[in-house]
Amino acid sequence: MRTDTARITTLPEAIAELVHDGDTIALEGFTHLIPVAAGQEIIRQGRRDLTLVRMTPDIVYDQMIGAGCARKLVFSWGGNPGVGSLHRLRDAVEHQHPCALEIEEHSHAGMANRYAASAAGLPFAVMRGYTGTDLPKHTKTIKTVTCPFTGEELTAVPNLGLDVGIIHAQRADRKGNVQMWGLCGVQKETVLGAKQSLVTVEEIVDELEPMPNQVVLPSWVVTAIAEVPQGARPSYAQGYYDRDNDAYRAWDGVARDRESFQRWLDDEVLAKKEGAGGTTHAASRPGADAAGVVR
Amino acid sequence: MSTDTEKAAFTAEELLTVAAARVLEDGTTCFVGIGPPGAAANLAQRLHAPNLVLVYESGAIGAKPDRLPLSIGDGILAETADAVVAVAEMFNYWVQPGRIDVGFLGAAQIDRFGNINTTVVGDYDHPKVRLPGAGGAPEIAANCGEVIVILRQSPRAFVEAVDFVTSVGHGTGDPGHRQGLGLRGDGPTKIITDLGILEPDPRTRAFRLTALHEGVTVEQAKEATGWDLQVADELETLPPPTAEELDTLRALKA
Repeated sequence: MRTDTARITTLPEAIAELVHDGDTIALEGFTHLIPVAAGQEIIRQGRRDLTLVRMTPDIVYDQMIGAGCARKLVFSWGGNPGVGSLHRLRDAVEHQHPCALEIEEHSHAGMANRYAASAAGLPFAVMRGYTGTDLPKHTKTIKTVTCPFTGEELTAVPNLGLDVGIIHAQRADRKGNVQMWGLCGVQKETVLGAKQSLVTVEEIVDELEPMPNQVVLPSWVVTAIAEVPQGARPSYAQGYYDRDNDAYRAWDGVARDRESFQRWLDDEVLAKKEGAGGTTHAASRPGADAAGVVR
Repeated sequence: MSTDTEKAAFTAEELLTVAAARVLEDGTTCFVGIGPPGAAANLAQRLHAPNLVLVYESGAIGAKPDRLPLSIGDGILAETADAVVAVAEMFNYWVQPGRIDVGFLGAAQIDRFGNINTTVVGDYDHPKVRLPGAGGAPEIAANCGEVIVILRQSPRAFVEAVDFVTSVGHGTGDPGHRQGLGLRGDGPTKIITDLGILEPDPRTRAFRLTALHEGVTVEQAKEATGWDLQVADELETLPPPTAEELDTLRALKA
């Protein structure tokens, strides 16, 4: 357990230090507060072979999969909410483009319990679920366990084994205490259940207004904090900005074919450098994968 | 649904949404699934069911949005909710113990026993179409008091056998199938479509036609169904959407 406090750093430095090829990582957010800027920085830094974990992979995971960062996806609902399919995800699953993508799928209840087990430091969580569905036939991480008290057969789902948990929140103070509110999904579990964590925030303030239940993560459980205003766009940050629904709709057209996606990737991610006073040192590898060739 | 000679005053989607809203009773708790159920549940709350408790998997309990939420994670849900909880709490404390009366779900495929597929069309490892996946549906279908399914009726969606059982309805149709699996709720009680309403035959558990929208024929419903659709002895005709229902729905979507 860490006893020091969260380090305030820049997004590029945090990603360079914390996220490594082959890691199992989660960028969580249940519609709200999705750490989009952090995901795009991972693309810029050219990470590969990641196992991406998230209940609701949406457009930032579509981007990371399309850019060739992912080897495996662990999820429960993969779509563009209110719009339709994630075309880069589908291209990877259906046609192994830009590389084969292994999938491990659960229900929301299963994933939420896996996060809860991870946060609790337990090897697995127990729940009622999945009985009669076809999911256990295809997902090895769904098993049964017998209740030692009643003999009832229940479902067990394992700890996620996260190397890094990344979330976005409204505010942190200079010590690194994190305040967030609104729909908070499994974000707390993402930080508590990972070996290391990064919280990007809308702003860093000297002192947090004391609002009970809103400081959800004390400084000493977070590895790094980076101030990234607008870091959840096109998702939203309650109290700061609304969800950009037009951007979600527009994504459908961008992601639908490989060429338009690659143009978008080149122009909007690889050619841009993360602001927030950050450096974009060597890790950015624009052009290296511009042809969509992976590894 | 329009007759051939008369231009429709409403769309098939509006007809479907209004029909679905009508079946939600005031004072019940309703778990609102992703997609079309959202509009219907919000419409019901504005019409005949002001005390309908809307529950969303994103964590909002008792949401009272003054416009149609754009997704199940819209900020207006948290702003107007009686309680906002984490997702693990939602499924473990609220859904699993059976605190929700009605699960209101969409589907990509459904079979005669109300089993739902939202995972893949075709073979799992080599799918023809990769769908979004399970989301909250398996445990909603397992644990809510009853399940109401909303979807457009077509042979592609209403299939003899689903390619993948994402959420269990009445299983194989055998009596006691759900209880044998340890599922808590009664399972699907209605499928609301743009052609009418299907309900399970009490003896066989197979969904049969119990109501048609005005102007729709039994033949049309049979053609849009991939199994041998049986028709109830007393087939109800559903009145068309009223001006109030349509105005309220359109204002909601404006």
